[in-house]
Amino acid sequence: MAAGVAAWLPFARAAAIGWMPVANLPMPVAPTEKNKRQDELIILNVSGRRFQTWRNTLDRYPDTLLGSSEKEFFFNEDTKEYFFDRDPDVFRSVLNFYRTGKLHYPRYECISSYDEELAFFGIVPEIIGDCCYEEYKDRKRENAERLMDDQEDNKDAKLPNMTFRETMWRAFENPHTSTMALVFYYVTGFFIAVSVLTNVVETVPCGSVPNMKEVPCGERYTVAFFCMDTACVMIFTVEYLMRLFAAPNRYRFMRSVMSIIDVVAILPYYIGLVMTDNEDVSGAFVTLRVFRVFRIFKFSRHSQGLRILGYTLKSCASELGFLLFSLTMAIIIFATVMFYAEKGSTSSKFTSIPASFWYTIVTMTTLGYGDMVPKTIAGKIFGSICSLSGVLVIALPVPVIVSNFSRIYHQNQRADKRRAQKKARLARIRLSKTGSSNAFLHSKRNGLFNEALELTGSTEDEKRLSKSTSLIESQHHHLLHCLEKTTNHEFVDEQYYQQSYLEAGLQNYPSQSPSLSSQDGVTGTCCTRRSKKQHHTPLPNASAPAHMQPLKHTHTHPQGLQELSTIHIQPLSTSRSSLNMRVEEPAPLNCQSSQITTAIISIPTPPVTTPEGDAHLPAAPTLQNVVKVSAL
Amino acid sequence: TVFVVWLVNTRGRQRAPSDSDLELSTVRHQPEGLDQLQAQTKFTRKELQSLYRGFKNECPSGLVDEETFKSIYSQFFPQGDASTYAHFLFNAFDIDRNGSIRFEDFVIGLSVLLRGSVTEKLNWAFNLYDINKDGYITKEEMLAIMKSIYDMMGRYTYPCVRDDAPSEHVDKFFQKMDKNRDGVVTIEEFIETCQKDENIMNSMQLFENVI
Repeated sequence: MAAGVAAWLPFARAAAIGWMPVANLPMPVAPTEKNKRQDELIILNVSGRRFQTWRNTLDRYPDTLLGSSEKEFFFNEDTKEYFFDRDPDVFRSVLNFYRTGKLHYPRYECISSYDEELAFFGIVPEIIGDCCYEEYKDRKRENAERLMDDQEDNKDAKLPNMTFRETMWRAFENPHTSTMALVFYYVTGFFIAVSVLTNVVETVPCGSVPNMKEVPCGERYTVAFFCMDTACVMIFTVEYLMRLFAAPNRYRFMRSVMSIIDVVAILPYYIGLVMTDNEDVSGAFVTLRVFRVFRIFKFSRHSQGLRILGYTLKSCASELGFLLFSLTMAIIIFATVMFYAEKGSTSSKFTSIPASFWYTIVTMTTLGYGDMVPKTIAGKIFGSICSLSGVLVIALPVPVIVSNFSRIYHQNQRADKRRAQKKARLARIRLSKTGSSNAFLHSKRNGLFNEALELTGSTEDEKRLSKSTSLIESQHHHLLHCLEKTTNHEFVDEQYYQQSYLEAGLQNYPSQSPSLSSQDGVTGTCCTRRSKKQHHTPLPNASAPAHMQPLKHTHTHPQGLQELSTIHIQPLSTSRSSLNMRVEEPAPLNCQSSQITTAIISIPTPPVTTPEGDAHLPAAPTLQNVVKVSAL
Repeated sequence: TVFVVWLVNTRGRQRAPSDSDLELSTVRHQPEGLDQLQAQTKFTRKELQSLYRGFKNECPSGLVDEETFKSIYSQFFPQGDASTYAHFLFNAFDIDRNGSIRFEDFVIGLSVLLRGSVTEKLNWAFNLYDINKDGYITKEEMLAIMKSIYDMMGRYTYPCVRDDAPSEHVDKFFQKMDKNRDGVVTIEEFIETCQKDENIMNSMQLFENVI
């Protein structure tokens, strides 16, 4: 029942008195309204804009937020109003829904923000009124397509464990994924061009044997051309077989258009090999050579425009069909008319209706070769009508095809733009993620270092370090820290994890002590990356927090790190065990203070740096306790 | 010329309905003042305000025509066809028989139904049944009313509504009401019989607190 009509219920009930004298049975008892209160105004404060309405208006839809007791959660006691921190513009539509019973979708509103607001207020979008429903659905579909496109692009991402076959297939489909694929792509493209060129040049007359007429090049340099052809066909065959091998679904691949083109391109050669010097079929063999020109279609793998054109033609099949049909009709009509009009004239070229087809086609497409011309007056009149109508008939479906092509082409361009945008967006997200995770790692070091500093009482460094990470950030870090403690594992950077994963078998904890020089090298590269100062102080001990196993140190670590532009080495973090050992480190502090927010790799250094370090660090087995950084 | 005139006439006729449609929708009616209505009816000021808001929401032009009335009333009886009974109701409310109910008519009628005395209510009911308002309820009139009431029930009832159910009901009604067996029921017979029937008396009080 519509909301407004509910207001007429009292009237309908009152009118029921008309049934009473007629009724034979006693009536049921009427329901009483328990706490009958007068209708009151309630104030809805949406981000500062105040809306007011009767309470009854909102009660019309009890299964929404505003109509149920759920809105009490938003009641502000001090101001005696309901406060919602939402978009006031969309709220207009929401409130109008209560008032009029119809939900409207404003065109200027973004579809996803509108959906969010509706979801918040508990209104189902399906009740949008007819006036706005089509617009809403269209926008929603567009949005869904856009999101779907984004998801499709994900399949470009390289999966970690692809079989050789899958890698190969991916290389074939997207040449940009690896250098090998790109090379292959260009090589095949080159050979397609060579093959087509060969076919063309073959027929050019080049030079003449003195006693015979001009000979085409193909017959003059038979061997050369044959070798060229063989080479090309070899390459194409190999390529086709490789594709066939790599295809995930061979049967489907064999049915696809490109594969058929491939087959048609190389088949004539093999057929030619098989049937040599057989006079009867050599004529047929010659015609087979025509199919070699289909090799040019192989270019469509290399050219996106060509693919779009093909796709357009396919999608405009109905328009093309209509064009063809209407042309055929017109041709037949005009051919018949011209034939009968020219029947009377002498030496007329219009010998039969099919013969007139040629004239009609040439005239309708405004070619006008002039090999067949009407001579009678009637013929000329009808001829002119024919050419005029030809222009019209052809001009009609062409814009449809053109607009289709333009739409698909722009869609493609849009897809490329979106891909680029998505790449940028992902890069930003990745950056911020690593930033936050590394901020955590950094603050962890800082925290420990702070404790170290407290012990030594060096306050000015502490001041530098205690730049205010916001309360939220510190709480977040504390949370991550708790997780670490719970699982007894530590967060590290992805790069470090992969490195250590690869070298899992190689490390042997005590024997791995790198020399001081190499360590210096490490330090040098680490710290000199960002800071201007050189310092050669050996790195302090492992950064493992108190209860954890020391992390493995890989001296090849820095190389890997150098690749990361956002990483700057954080050589510092003193574990509790090494606190006693060495706590001064002003130099590393310099290194670290300049980069607070960006990535940090915890490089635990082996205890070789100081002799006394050995005593502290437990000769623990080289357990790998590193945990890959999850999505923080 | 006859042909031309005929053409013009048909053109004119084609245009007329749309013009008159336009006229109807631009007619607006403002009710009499709140004070006058308060004097005429037994509703309080707040009740009148609330009633008017509901009325105006559904009929922004201030007038209810029969079609709107039928559609509103039908929404309360989704299973059956309430249009015939709504038609009778409309005539009962439309006191001055001008084809549309103004807010005053509406509220005066409601006042009788909800706040009037039993006699007034019975009068109103009689007025409803008396379709041609001649002071007598004939069997045909009653049959029409009864059929319209049964129409509101729709098809899916238990037990099934038989075709002769309305006329049976009418016969029973006349047996009860028509004292002098003259085939019509007058207002006096009606009121007298009703006042003697306990069921009817009780049911008259049923909708006292609807507003």
